[in-house]
Amino acid sequence: MSKLPPVDLIEKICHGEDLHISEALGEMTVSVSVDKSYDILLALRNDKELAFDQLIDLCGVDFSAFGQESEEPDCSFPGAPELSVVYHLLSLDNSFRLRLKVQLDKDVPILRSVANIWPVANWLEREAFDMYGMIFEGHPDLRRLLTDYGFIGHPFRKDFPISGHVEMRYDEEKGRVVYQPVSIEPRVLVPRVIREEGYGG
Amino acid sequence: MAEIRNYTMNFGPQHPAAHGVLRLVMEMDGEVIERVDPHIGLLHRGTEKLAETKPYNQSIGYMDRLDYVSMMCNEHAYVLAVENLLGIKAPIRAQYIRVMFDELTRILNHLLWLGAHALDVGAMTVFLYAFREREDLMDCYESVSGARMHATYYRPGGVYRDLPDSMPQYEKSKWNNQKDTDKRNENRQGSMLDFIESFTDRFPGCVDEYETLLTDNRIWKQRTVDIGIVTPDRAKALGFTGPMLRGCGIPWDLRKTQPYAVYNALDFDIPVGTTGDCYDRYLVRIEEMRQSNRIVQQCIKWLRENDGPVILDNYKFVPPDRERMKNDMESLIHHFKLFTEGYCVPVGEYYAAVEAPKGEFGVYMISDGANKPYRVKIRAPGFSHLAALDEMSRGHMLADMVAIIGTQDIVFGEIDR
Repeated sequence: MSKLPPVDLIEKICHGEDLHISEALGEMTVSVSVDKSYDILLALRNDKELAFDQLIDLCGVDFSAFGQESEEPDCSFPGAPELSVVYHLLSLDNSFRLRLKVQLDKDVPILRSVANIWPVANWLEREAFDMYGMIFEGHPDLRRLLTDYGFIGHPFRKDFPISGHVEMRYDEEKGRVVYQPVSIEPRVLVPRVIREEGYGG
Repeated sequence: MAEIRNYTMNFGPQHPAAHGVLRLVMEMDGEVIERVDPHIGLLHRGTEKLAETKPYNQSIGYMDRLDYVSMMCNEHAYVLAVENLLGIKAPIRAQYIRVMFDELTRILNHLLWLGAHALDVGAMTVFLYAFREREDLMDCYESVSGARMHATYYRPGGVYRDLPDSMPQYEKSKWNNQKDTDKRNENRQGSMLDFIESFTDRFPGCVDEYETLLTDNRIWKQRTVDIGIVTPDRAKALGFTGPMLRGCGIPWDLRKTQPYAVYNALDFDIPVGTTGDCYDRYLVRIEEMRQSNRIVQQCIKWLRENDGPVILDNYKFVPPDRERMKNDMESLIHHFKLFTEGYCVPVGEYYAAVEAPKGEFGVYMISDGANKPYRVKIRAPGFSHLAALDEMSRGHMLADMVAIIGTQDIVFGEIDR
């Protein structure tokens, strides 16, 4: 198991900032605001005692369907995306792990890139942009990473259907590959349900 | 004077040395690489999105297909994340079985890496030797789960079933007469543990064989020594984990530094390199195979001496066995509920990481209380490594690119997800 970084050290680094520190299941999560996230991440890496020298993971999350049960047949949830970015930091010297969450603005999902703090963030941010469509300001090369050339949309958002919007096939007449609207009938095998605590005894 | 200019070269997406579907757009100055732009995602299946639409247990099989040469390690991370969110813990025997199979998987992975890497760099023989041992380990996978690769053997709460008492046998055929067949079946007469034990007795000698082929081989050294050097500080910043990080001399291994399962009860060493080049990473992985062999031997000893359940008997998360299900009304209801709806996981989030053969494999899971995960993020070690390909290969010759791809131990199942 990883160790938890001391809370007072983190509070010292983020002094005066409005942040929320929580501990659950042996892990520590810090939530910070968008405009302060870059400074705090930089301080977390540079601090001699904490020394978070590795960015293990960076991922986007769309919280717009959190706690919702009903599901469309294509597994999508209508509604505007509510994006967040989650950083997982690791300190090799101290064996600390820390999770940092940043909630983005609904209308303008922009935050500052950390690619110049940890170069690994270059691809991680490209992936998050590809899947969720938030903009990382100051990123050296913010292109799509995993999806097809010329792909439209951000597939991991909750309003994006599991079967996608287009499918690809080879057209004999045209002699090339063409895109067309999906022909798959969407279906739900197991509905999404949320049971109250202690359900079934 | 003639005009000299750089030209752009395309490598892949289908190239035997790319270890999958990798497209590289390289800017070359003659034979020297100036810049590399890897284009990935050709194997993107949206595993994370698919996992959001399925009950927890139905995604275990998807984990096998991520890094498809270290299947059970991926399952381990996923299962740990679910177990921690549920607040359950696998029985101790199940944890030993998991550790044993994690280490067998590490040997499987390193054997494939060794064979493929050597083949890329120009040594044909090692591949054949490595696959001879891989076959035996695949048989272990098959006898325990029924599948040679995609096992789906780990479950939240333990492992699917206990180790079998017998091993599958070879049959006489047109190519193997009775005498040869009996010889091949010689170490398959006892239980699966006997078979693995005979493997672990034999395996250090096999590693010696690989080493005689490579370690002091002049061509091998010319192709790997001082190629793709990464300094410790850069390795940290680039997010390296596993042998890529240890090759630079940083003794970081989750099995020692943040132990999970029963690793803190086992005795093993962490090999580290000094210069951080391809040759050091080769030496680190070779030694890791020997250490994994040691861990497997300790697990065999423990598993022989200690009996016990291999999965919890909490029927809210684990299906009751068939016999019970047929005879007991309540078990039938549990069975029905688990297979039609699954179980609901309390609201929360957890990041579970294991030391997979390639580095830190992590699963970040968010639950909103439903029977399906709200978000699953897979942290694949190869993703960070491939992101550093540009930096590692700058200034090297075109042929070194193949050695660098080989040393990174790239598997596209996990990078593209």
